[in-house]
Parts: sequence; C-alpha cells; structure tokens
Amino acid sequence: MSLQDRLTELRDQGLADIKSADVLRKVNQVKVDLLGKKGPITEVLRGMRDLSPEERPKVGAYANEVRDKLQAAIDQRHAELEQAVINKQLAAETLDVTLPGRDVAQGQPHVITQIITELEDLFMGMGYQIVDGDEVEEDYYNFERLNLPKDHPARDMQDTFYITKDVLLRTQTSADQPRSLENHDFSKGPLKVLSPGRVYRRDTDDATHSHQFHQIEGLVVDKHITMADLKGTLTLVAQTLFGDQFDVRLRPSFFPFTEPSVEADVTCFKCNGKGCAICKQTGWIEVLGAGMVHPHVLEMSGIDPEVYGGFAFGLGPDRFAMLKYGVDDIRNFYLNDVRFLSQFYKKG
Amino acid sequence: MRISTTWLRDYLKLDIPADELAEKIERTAVEVDGVIRPSEGLKKVVVGHVLECEPHPDSDHLHVCQVDVGEEEPLQIVCGAPNVAAGENVIVALPNSWIGDHTKIKKGKMRGIVSFGMLCALDELGFDEKLVPKEVADGIFILPADAVPGEPVFSYIGMDDEIIDLSITPNRGDMLSMNGTAHELAAIYDQKPTMPTVDLQESATDVAEDDLTVQVDADETDVPTYKMRLIKNVTVKPSPLWLQVRIWNAGMRPINNVVDATNYVLMQYGQPLHAFDYDQLTAGKINVRLAKEGEHLTTLDGEDRELLPTDLLICSDDQPICLAGAMGGLDTEVTDKTTTIALEGAVFDAVRIRKAAHNHDLHSEASMRYERGIDHGMTGTALDAAAAMIAELGDGTVAKGMAVGRDEDVQPVTVAITLSRINHVLGTELTNETVADIFKRLDFPTVVADDTFTVTVPSRRWDIHLPADLIEEVARLYGYDNLPATLPTGQPTIGKLNETQQVIRNSRKLMESAGLTQAISYSLTTAEKAHAFALHASELTNLDFPMSSERTALRLSLVSGLLDDLAYNNARKEHNVALYEEGRVFYSQPEEVRPVEVEHIAGAITGSMVKKSWGVAEQPVDFYQIKGIVASYLKSLALAEEVRYVANSDHAEMHPGRTANIYVGDQLVGFVGEVHPTTAKAYKVRETYVFELDLTALIALPKARQQYQPISKFPSMTRDVAMLIDDNVTNATIVALINQKGGAHLQDVQLFDVYNGSHVPDGKKSLAYTLTYQNQDATLVDEEVTQAFDKVLTALTDELGAEIR
Repeated sequence: MSLQDRLTELRDQGLADIKSADVLRKVNQVKVDLLGKKGPITEVLRGMRDLSPEERPKVGAYANEVRDKLQAAIDQRHAELEQAVINKQLAAETLDVTLPGRDVAQGQPHVITQIITELEDLFMGMGYQIVDGDEVEEDYYNFERLNLPKDHPARDMQDTFYITKDVLLRTQTSADQPRSLENHDFSKGPLKVLSPGRVYRRDTDDATHSHQFHQIEGLVVDKHITMADLKGTLTLVAQTLFGDQFDVRLRPSFFPFTEPSVEADVTCFKCNGKGCAICKQTGWIEVLGAGMVHPHVLEMSGIDPEVYGGFAFGLGPDRFAMLKYGVDDIRNFYLNDVRFLSQFYKKG
Repeated sequence: MRISTTWLRDYLKLDIPADELAEKIERTAVEVDGVIRPSEGLKKVVVGHVLECEPHPDSDHLHVCQVDVGEEEPLQIVCGAPNVAAGENVIVALPNSWIGDHTKIKKGKMRGIVSFGMLCALDELGFDEKLVPKEVADGIFILPADAVPGEPVFSYIGMDDEIIDLSITPNRGDMLSMNGTAHELAAIYDQKPTMPTVDLQESATDVAEDDLTVQVDADETDVPTYKMRLIKNVTVKPSPLWLQVRIWNAGMRPINNVVDATNYVLMQYGQPLHAFDYDQLTAGKINVRLAKEGEHLTTLDGEDRELLPTDLLICSDDQPICLAGAMGGLDTEVTDKTTTIALEGAVFDAVRIRKAAHNHDLHSEASMRYERGIDHGMTGTALDAAAAMIAELGDGTVAKGMAVGRDEDVQPVTVAITLSRINHVLGTELTNETVADIFKRLDFPTVVADDTFTVTVPSRRWDIHLPADLIEEVARLYGYDNLPATLPTGQPTIGKLNETQQVIRNSRKLMESAGLTQAISYSLTTAEKAHAFALHASELTNLDFPMSSERTALRLSLVSGLLDDLAYNNARKEHNVALYEEGRVFYSQPEEVRPVEVEHIAGAITGSMVKKSWGVAEQPVDFYQIKGIVASYLKSLALAEEVRYVANSDHAEMHPGRTANIYVGDQLVGFVGEVHPTTAKAYKVRETYVFELDLTALIALPKARQQYQPISKFPSMTRDVAMLIDDNVTNATIVALINQKGGAHLQDVQLFDVYNGSHVPDGKKSLAYTLTYQNQDATLVDEEVTQAFDKVLTALTDELGAEIR
C-alpha cells in the first residue's frame, strides 16, 4: 500500500470516527489517536524518509492536507458537541417567565397628594412660591381680613370649628393670604403664592361632605394683573389636570374677598361637553371659585388698591380627585383603606 | 327664589325658551338650580263638569259622577272626595292618563261600579303638600265656573308655567324679587321693562294717624324706616285663583287675601310686610324696641319663645306682638274675623335679623331678605301696593296717609370710574361706547366726561358702592366669554420649594420606596386618642363646640390616627398594611393664642410587608424591620450628629421592652417600637410596629458637611470575632467599645450573627462581628491588624465579660 493510499485510508477512517464521536471526550480521543505524536499520521510522515526526493513533497503536501482536514473536522465536531452541551443545559434551565416576580414592597402617594403635587409643580414653573399656612388660625385672618366681618351672611357658607371665640380651624387656605400680603416686599417683584393644605368645616361627614378636606388657593398681586390673566391661568390649571382639549368658562359668583367674583366651569371630561349625567346635561362641571382681589382686602393689608391689584382662586383637590377618578364618596380619602389607596399607583 | 316666567312676561318681552333664559341668567347674574315645569310628565288631565253626582250604592262616602269632559258622552267616575257635587268644574284624570308621582290612571272598578278615570286634588297632580291651600287640602280642587270641559287643566292652575329656580348669592339680594329679576333681565336683553304702578285710593275721611301711632325706640341703624298703613272694613277670605297661582308657583302656600297680598308684594318688590289685626292692638299704639331680659312672645307657629336682648320687637303699648323681620305673634294674627288691618312696612338691620333668625331658628322669606338687605328706597311704594291690593281683594278702604315711626331719607350712591381703570383690571380694550351702553342697559344714570363715568346707582342695587363693583357689572354684562385669556406678565419670579417643603417631598418618596403607602387621617379625634403616642406631653387643643364625641381635639401624634386606619383595614380583612403619614401635630401653648403646629412623619406596619407568593413566605414585620426603615430614612437626612436608639419603657402606649427613643445628639426626635398589646387591643389592631418622628426638629438639626473621601488604593483586611456575652449587654455598648479600642485603621464594624438559642447558656447570647481594617496610605501588615484586633478582644473580655469563641 502506498503512503498516499495509507493517508487516504486514515483520512476516511478518521472522518468516520469523528462523525461517530457523540461526546466531547470521544472527539478528544480521536484527536489524540489520529493526530498525536504517536498517531498514524505522524508515523506516515516519519516513513517519508524512504521516499524518493521527487515523491517526498507530493506525499508531504498530501499528508498536510489530510491532517488539516481531520483537524478541521475535529474542531467542527468539538464545537457542535460543545453547543449541544450548552443547549441541553439551557433547556434544563428554562423558566416560566410568566410566573410573578418576587415582590418588592412599594408604597404610593395619596391621590390628594398627587393632585396637589401636580399643581404645585405647574405653579412653581410659573414663578409661584408654595406657602403652608397654619391650620389653626385667628378668626381675624380667616374671616375679617378677607372682608368677612362677623355676622356676614357669607359666613354661613363656611360653618366653622372654633377653638375659642377668636381662634378657629381654618375654613379656607386663603386664611394665609393676608399674612402673605402684609409680609411681601413689593419692591422685590410681584407676589405669587400657592397655598395648599388641610381645611375644616363644621359639617357632618357623608358621601359629599367631610369635616376635613383640602384646598389650594392661589394669589397674584402686582401693578398690572388682569382678569384676562386669571382666565388664562385657570385654563392652564384645567388643561394640566384634565387635558389639553378642556376649556374653561367663567360665571358670576360671590366671594367677599374678590370683586368681581366668578365660578369657573371646566368642560365635562366624561362627555367632552356633550351633556351627561355627571354634568347634569350642561356639558360643564363647576370646579373652582376665583376673582379679582377685593380692594378692601388689599387696603387691610396696607396695600394701595389704586396701585396694586391681583387675582385669587381656590379649588378643592378632593373634588378634583372625585371628578377625575369617579370617586363617589369623599370619606374614602380619609379612611385609608389600602384597597382604595393602592388604586392610584402613579408616583408623586 | 322661584321666578315664574309667566309673571316675568308682565314686565318684559321674552320670546325665549325658559332653558335659554336660565342659561343666560347663570352666565350673567346668579346660579340657576333648575327649571321647574309643574306639568312635566302629566298627560290627559282635563277640565270636567260634574253633571250628576249620586251616592255609591255600596259605600257610605263614595259618589258616582257623570262628568262632561268635552266628549259626546259623559264619563262615569267614582269619587271619594267629600266636596264633590253636581255643577262643579273639576280636574279629571282620564283613563290612561299620567298624574303626579309617575302614576298612571286606568279604567277601574270601585265597589263594583266602573270608574273611567279619577277626579283629582292638587297634591295628586304633584303639588307639594306644603303649597296646597288648607281649605282645599281635604278634597278635590274646584276649578272656576268658566273653565271649558275637555281642555287641558294646566293653564287654569298655573301648571303650564315654567319656573326658574335661582340660587341667589349673598350680594344679589336685589334678585330676591320679581322687580329685581326683571331689571336684571332688562339689562341682559337690553329692554326697557314695564314696571308695575300702584293705584292707591285713599279714604277721604279716615286718617291713619287718627287711629294709629307708631314710635321707634330702637336706634336708627337698627330700624331706619318704620311706617304703617291702616286698611278698614276688610273681608278676609281666600284669594282669587290667579293670585293663588302666583303664590304657589313662587313656592308659598296661599292663606287668605290679606296674607297673600303681603306675600305677593314681598315677591314683587322684595319688601317684607307684616299685617296685624288692628283690633288686637292696644289703643292703636305701636312701638319698636329691643327685647328685655325675660320677655316672652308666642309666635304664629304657636311656639312660646323666650326673647333675647338682641331681638328687635314690635310692641303694642309696649307688649311684644312681633319678632321683627322674622315672625309675627299669634295674638295679633289676621284671622277670618279680622276687619281692620295695620300693615307694617319697615327696614330692619341685616345683622339684627340674621341673629334673631339664627337664635330662634326662624328662617322665613322675610328674614332671608332682611339678612341680605333690601331696597331702602322701595318700602313706601311696596306698602302702598300691598294696601291697595288688600283693599281691592277684601273690599276695604285704605285710611289716608301713613303712621310713620321713622322714614329714612334714601339717597342714591354715586360711583366714579375711568375707562382705563376698567380695561386695566379686565385686560380688555373696551371703548367708551361699550361701557356707556352697559350702564344704560342697567338703567344707571351716567355722566361721561372724557374717560370718566360718574354713575348714579339706584337704591335697588345696594350691593354697588365701589369702583370694583362697577367693574363687575361691566365684566358680566360684557360677557366673561369675551375676555381674552392671558398669563401674568411683569417682573419674573423664581418658584421653588423651601427647605422644609423639599424635605417633606423627599421624605414622602423615601417612605414610599421603603414600602409604606401614604395615608391622610383625620386631625380631629377623641381626647384620649389625641393624647396617645405624644412625643412630648402637652395640653390638648379642644374644639369649643364639637359636632361629635369622635372629633373633639387636635392630635398630638400621627400614630394614633394611623392605628385607626389599620383598624379600619383589619376590620375589612386587610391584615398586611404599611402606612405612613406626614402632617401636623398641635401642641397647645397656654401663653399663646394659638397652638404650635409641628410637622411629623410617622409609620405603622402590621402583618407582612411582602405578599405571600410562590417561593416567598410571608415575613411578619418585626422591630428590626421598622427600625431599618427608620434608620435608612434618617441616614438620607445626612444629619451631622449621630442617631442613637435608646431603650425606653415610659411610653404608656408602647411595648416597654420593644421601644426605643430616637436621639440625634442629645435631642429627642422620635420613637420606634411595637404598640403595647393592650393598646393594640383597644385600637382593634393586631401586632403593630410604629414610629413617629418630629420632622420639624429633624429639618432644623445641623446637616453633615459632605466631602469626598479618597478611596484607598490599599487592600483591606478583616477579622471576625464571635463571643458569648451577658444578655443585658447591648449591641450599642459592644460596638462602641470595639470602635473605641479598634485603633486607627478600624474602618467598619458589622454585626453578622445573633444567637440565643438552645446552645447558649441561660442569660447569655452569642454575637459575631466582622471588623474591617484599612490604611489609607499603606498596605496593612498582618501583625499590625492582629495586634489591634487582640486589643479589642482583651477589652471585650475585660470590660464586658465576653467569652471569645
């Protein structure tokens, strides 16, 4: 048998062995057996000494070719089997990815806080300061300085918890307005404040009344503040809370601390103004009260109403939340049932 | 105030649907509660003429009637009303008709006799029982003789009217009258209203002052005007139907011609009037004064009322006969037998009447108007109108002149405003013409000079006395829809949270990230709960006049309210609850007018914070979990001084062995621990862990100056120590000692095991710590560390009696 034939035989045998090796160990064994230093290929190469100088390069070239071919086959088979091993392992490790993830305890902000925060951010963007007034206030600041003298019929609209004859639980966060007005240095620019917070009314708790609820009052005073500015500001509030497609309309109303006074209605978000049960077929929902600061309020704070003027508005986050999310009982906000609280999962 | 659109059309040309009118009023003047259509939902209710009326053979009270309803054949209808009789015109609900309360009337049999429909009383048509005249309350309603059988009945009894129900704001008392509303609509629609005129015929012989003297002792602010008219030879009887219709459509019950006339004029002019039975007065002497201590008056409703020194009284020869502006007395009430009427027209002080109405819980149509103020210039006219009407309806005569106790000289108010001011406030570019036209529509005489309007405001609009009030008139009549929408311009300002607000916001997020959900609880609670869990003892801030025993005082802690929240959840089978609250507590300060309000943050956790799930067991919360939450929260505040947890057994509501006071430096800032089992039971909660922190104090405390520390390039080395030590030696003591003796290179001490199970002798526990050493400037040598570590071991053994294992 010529060396060439021997190499061909080794090649064919080797390729068959490689093909039949079904585990990595066997592939490695084939490699050692065929290509190792004591293997048959090496032996063939050693036998080349006996060949004629003409034949030697031919056989040498052929031997290299066979060896490379075998090496390539071994590498390929090795890779195939390695992949099979990994595939098997991966298959064994496969999970049901639809099983729930491990719970990480997460709390959430109260829905009222979410609304207050949203409005605080909106108004801070427009240069307003946030003011947190006291919840226990003097009658003088809560009422008298807001142009509500004792025995004013409008006091009936705000039945009050008194601590003493002169001290009460604030019925409105605008109780803080006189303090803001008298403390502000107008030489440093306009007064722009937003007062969110808890307020109290002497009401029996039921689905639509709560003795404790929240208010957000805004106040802007400068040399040239117009009612058009008020309208524009309120429109922005409505669009921030409900969406860009919402419109605001003003209607005359009465608050002792503003003149003119208006109620602001927003397009009904349930029916987009077409008329439905929520808006009593009007297409509008009453959401806030506002007006131009009454000259008496400015005067009582030592501000000349001939030079300065401004607007004020007040809205109820509780009512906003009820309207926005369809909450039908205001008491839900203060009972803190986790099944209620957890429904408002937006982060503050 | 119910405004009949039929009545309104006496004054104005209004070819406008009531809904549109209501919408216009709401957009321009006052809120509208709704439009009432009394006949809405009613069908096939017609006039019937009773041809025959025979007793029912099988009944002692039913009648069988043959009723002409405008058809060829009369209908047979069985009727149980006592006042049914042949010859009457009645209200017939035909077969398959709809009457009040969504009731359908069908053909039926009554004791064997077929009845084709029903004869109706007013309340059966949906009339409020309070509005039905008493004389027709017990039977069917009898229609006028000229009613045409077969015609719908609604126009005869005012049910075809459309009534706009106004919700009047306190400033628009002028709209509590037909005249005021007519003026308002005239301005809105730019019409000239036809206002009613008074045609008063006075007696040539009888003079009021001869029989009646009036003296006002009360001062001028309390009673600026008081005058009376005398109407003689009056026959008191039911009013004609047209008047009754107007009265009941205005929401009042027709009584008799005298009372109805005063109520009609009240509705028309907004001027309350009171009719006295002159013969019950003593010697025709009237005086008006404040009540004296201990006086009594029995009012029309039969109540004996003890009078207050703030009450204004009408007296007859100094005996109280009427609580001014609120309710008359029973003794001088107009009855069927009354023949001479003393009619009062007066102006009373709003605050006086408001107090009286409040104190005696007497809220009437009169008091409601006096409280909001009335037109001081209209009293005499209204008095004349009512006197004329009573005389006409009761066939009486009006005595000449008035008995006047006081008569205010009413002057119109003049207010000046410039066009530029109006445009400055509204942000508009109105012209002189536009503004002048609005004042003209309001019928306010105005003088225009350059851009100044000098406006004479008639007494009927007593709410207007400032330039700002005129701006409102211009704005609402110009239309708020026509205002542009802009944002304030001018010097820019920076809006940002102050430090407290920023910390509060961050604190909320940290609590939420730690797994606690925000609660907002009630600040008002019981005295006992208000005191509970107080960080510092304090008197309570109590309500003067609480609504309920559940809400009498302001809280001193937030934990107390959170436990109420937990109880609410537990009662609804929610046993895993983790809540926090951020809010105020109220420390009373007796020397100050108001309590001091302190921001707190508190948490309460019960059950497991992690839901039981596959591969995860519930992990019931324990002291160390809530302490971990508090500790990591406090770490985020970067306080300059060390936070210390000191065991405390003094909180009555807390577990004495599982509570720590929290100090920053030497300042007490809060506590953390388990709620005392007895307290938990009282609040109806299960095992619960809580913390309460004084956020105001934490915000005020000095903060650590944060400075970068270079990270050492040299490796660190660790040594572990496990020791057996007495139970009562705390971790804090051990860590403090290790730190004290640890040497310059000790970087960290980490507790990694606590064991006090069965392999540890009684009274002992096993603790294990890892000590980490590192040098900033060089690689540590083994011997250095060993030497330092040995010092620690010696100290632990010698000073704390630890047995190193």
